[in-house]
Amino acid sequence: MSQITPEFKLISEWIKPNSRVLDLGCGDGQLLQHLIDTYGVTGYGMEIDSFKNIQAIEKGLNVIQSDLNSHDLCDYFDKDSFDYVIMTQALQVVSRPDELLEDMLAIGKQIIITFPNFGHWRNRAQLLFKGHMPKTDTLPYHWYDTPNIHMCTFNDFEALCEEKDIEVVARTVVNAEHRRTLGMSIAPNWLGEVALYKVQRKTP
Amino acid sequence: MTIELGVITPQTLHIEQPLTLSSGSILPRYDLIYETYGQLNASASNGILICHALSGDHHVAGLDANNKPGWWNDYIGPGKPIDTDHFFVVCSNNLGGCHGSTGPTTLNPETGKVYGPDFPIVTCRDWVNSQNELRKHLGINQWAALIGGSMGGMQVLQWAIDYPDKLQHAIVIAAAPKLSAQNIAFNEVARRAIMTDPDFHEGRFLEHKTVPKQGLAQARMLGHLTYLSDDMMGAKFGRERRKDELQYNYEVEFQVESYLRYQGEKFATTQNFDANTYLLMTKALDYFDPASEFDHDLSKTLAQTTAKFLVIAFTTDWRFAPARSHEIVKALLDNDTDVSYAEVESEHGHDAFLLRNEHYEGLFRAYMQRIISEITPLDPLIFLNQKVDK
Repeated sequence: MSQITPEFKLISEWIKPNSRVLDLGCGDGQLLQHLIDTYGVTGYGMEIDSFKNIQAIEKGLNVIQSDLNSHDLCDYFDKDSFDYVIMTQALQVVSRPDELLEDMLAIGKQIIITFPNFGHWRNRAQLLFKGHMPKTDTLPYHWYDTPNIHMCTFNDFEALCEEKDIEVVARTVVNAEHRRTLGMSIAPNWLGEVALYKVQRKTP
Repeated sequence: MTIELGVITPQTLHIEQPLTLSSGSILPRYDLIYETYGQLNASASNGILICHALSGDHHVAGLDANNKPGWWNDYIGPGKPIDTDHFFVVCSNNLGGCHGSTGPTTLNPETGKVYGPDFPIVTCRDWVNSQNELRKHLGINQWAALIGGSMGGMQVLQWAIDYPDKLQHAIVIAAAPKLSAQNIAFNEVARRAIMTDPDFHEGRFLEHKTVPKQGLAQARMLGHLTYLSDDMMGAKFGRERRKDELQYNYEVEFQVESYLRYQGEKFATTQNFDANTYLLMTKALDYFDPASEFDHDLSKTLAQTTAKFLVIAFTTDWRFAPARSHEIVKALLDNDTDVSYAEVESEHGHDAFLLRNEHYEGLFRAYMQRIISEITPLDPLIFLNQKVDK
């Protein structure tokens, strides 16, 4: 079996076998392939990059070339088409994360999402003491060339969920190496670098 | 251009069994001309049928008797995306064509004269039914893949709907589930150009020993225009003129005019395309609407298909724009069908499906590789050896 990233491993723990999955921004399809091979899931990937698309097709995956900013999810898929809609490390790069979140919740029963925490103490310290936009291992870009146009903290994300009647079913906070520490469970928004969220619409 | 396949001799299948057409007419017997490349394997599991576009024919790869390379030679051959070292590739000229299959230019056995305008209008479904006879003749129970661009893509869809168990994969390129009003309108203008040519003689031009060249050339100019993108024409011709001085007359002033006239002329003369065939092919396109038999619901139409799909569109194609491919993809997704979709960046408009392009070739290669791995049975000896190694 192919090597998978620690983040994908953590996501896999949340997936029920034989479920139906859509992976947004699936890249070369590593996660989807792992889920198919290990958990017998079925489903599709979506990816804008042509080269990664070819890599996914080489793996025998079903991949739809699409731009996450084009708002075509609800055109392609009916309501509740998937058990899980997964999007890893892409929330912060799309033009309207809030709208995409709504679309994902429309077509999936649960969504699994991962993103870097802008509220990590190192980011805060750089802004507070140096007066510069933070540059770290997780956020290695300059302010002018970063693809991360909508950074948020864990608190911000949870506030958005609250506002949109989205229930956080599970949350895992990890460091850049995707390990959990005691500190992170006490002060996640200070010490966590990456978060994995499983959310769903609140039942009325 | 490398032509590894060498000179290919076409073959003709004579079919004596009458074919009832969508129109209700019956063709008592007919011929299909076709070429093949590569070898059919022992289990006959590596057959691929290529469906050609409006002005295409059966000569898709290698060289013909006049040393002319096939229209998709860049994609078919040893080591090419559709690799003839692995696949047995077949392409036939559609019924109603003018390159060897029975059509308006062949003799009507009942009258002893060429069919001309009396050749019945055929549809995509009729083509598929006739090609199914070719499939049986070749001893292929199931095609590994059906591949077609533009009109050929529609034919692939029709195959997948009408003979779901006769194909494993369907590759539908730069196509649409039906023509739009604008598409039909373009076809109608092309038909009017041909039919109003004084040399058309209500389709009996061959009996008058003439050809409606002007009409054909105009039809082709219009068609050709719709295959190119505005950007690409701008880049290629801009407002470039033939002469520095403005002429203030109706002769060719701009290079784009010269180019279009050349394309029209070439089609009507050297390519020797039959005017009745052109009319018939455009009509078949207009009639193509498989969903009309399923309450105009494309999802319902494709529900019975069992093939796995690869759908490809090109960014600057406005004849059959990516949105038209999205309709096909959406209907397949509704049925949880195995489907991949790619939108290939190209400046070449609709014509892009015929041309070389890194992304397009990469995709093809990747997808065809997947088919190869499906049709190649695991060699038990290799498996044993691996066990011994451990």
